[in-house]
Amino acid sequence: MDNFTPIAALVGGTFIGLGALLLMVALGRVAGISGISSLAIFQREGRSWRLAFVVGLLVGPLAVSVLISDFSFSTPELSLRTVIAGLLVGLGTAWGSGCTSGHGICGIGRFSARSITATLVFMAAGVFVASLF
Amino acid sequence: MQIFIAFLAGLLMSVGIAVSKMIDPAKVLAFLDLSGNWDPSLALVMAGALAVYSIGFWLIRHKPAPVVAEKFQLPLLSKPDKPLLIGAVIFGLGWGLVGYCPGPAISALSAGSVGTLGFVLAMIAGWYLARRWPLTKIISRLS
Repeated sequence: MDNFTPIAALVGGTFIGLGALLLMVALGRVAGISGISSLAIFQREGRSWRLAFVVGLLVGPLAVSVLISDFSFSTPELSLRTVIAGLLVGLGTAWGSGCTSGHGICGIGRFSARSITATLVFMAAGVFVASLF
Repeated sequence: MQIFIAFLAGLLMSVGIAVSKMIDPAKVLAFLDLSGNWDPSLALVMAGALAVYSIGFWLIRHKPAPVVAEKFQLPLLSKPDKPLLIGAVIFGLGWGLVGYCPGPAISALSAGSVGTLGFVLAMIAGWYLARRWPLTKIISRLS
């Protein structure tokens, strides 16, 4: 457990919660990143605010890299595994109506039975695959 | 105003994703992989986000309308169903393979990695296919 970073995790988590809460308080919308991003692409109605949200997502890490000088992170290789994973995440979040943000934070945050169930299921599936492969 | 606030919300969330290191798939896999050198950090990311969101949501629960929109738009379904469960399993399998869920993958695009770009394009293809073939239709055709 020498890689445990509790302070960064709690500070980062607080920012995630604040961003999601802002979207609910101001716009009355669930901050589900999979839903907002896919509708920004595939639905004309409500496209402008969804695109603005996605632009915000893209800019965030650039802002952090300006403020924190030694900020860096790894990225995956382009491989069949990466592409299959992307396809599964796309299909699964669309069919399952949400991802880590929409179900895991906004849904659980308002004690939705659907979101609690979905989060337990995708966590279990993620642990299963990551631990075995 | 809606556009600026939506931008700000996305920005805050991806700053959180970056600061917490969830943007790094290796960090996420270190949480999901129980067989190796386990890293519990992601649990605290969720705990921090959930604490802020659930308290905030509780405080605004009686507000008649959001600040810059006409009404609150919450999901209508309340009980788990087959598409939810099957979708969550498929999402979890993909998440565990590489360590990317949608937020970190999109946030990491600015780093300019072709692997991240390939993941995001495949994810968008998945969204498109799921819209063309709703799971409810596939299930009813099979049964």
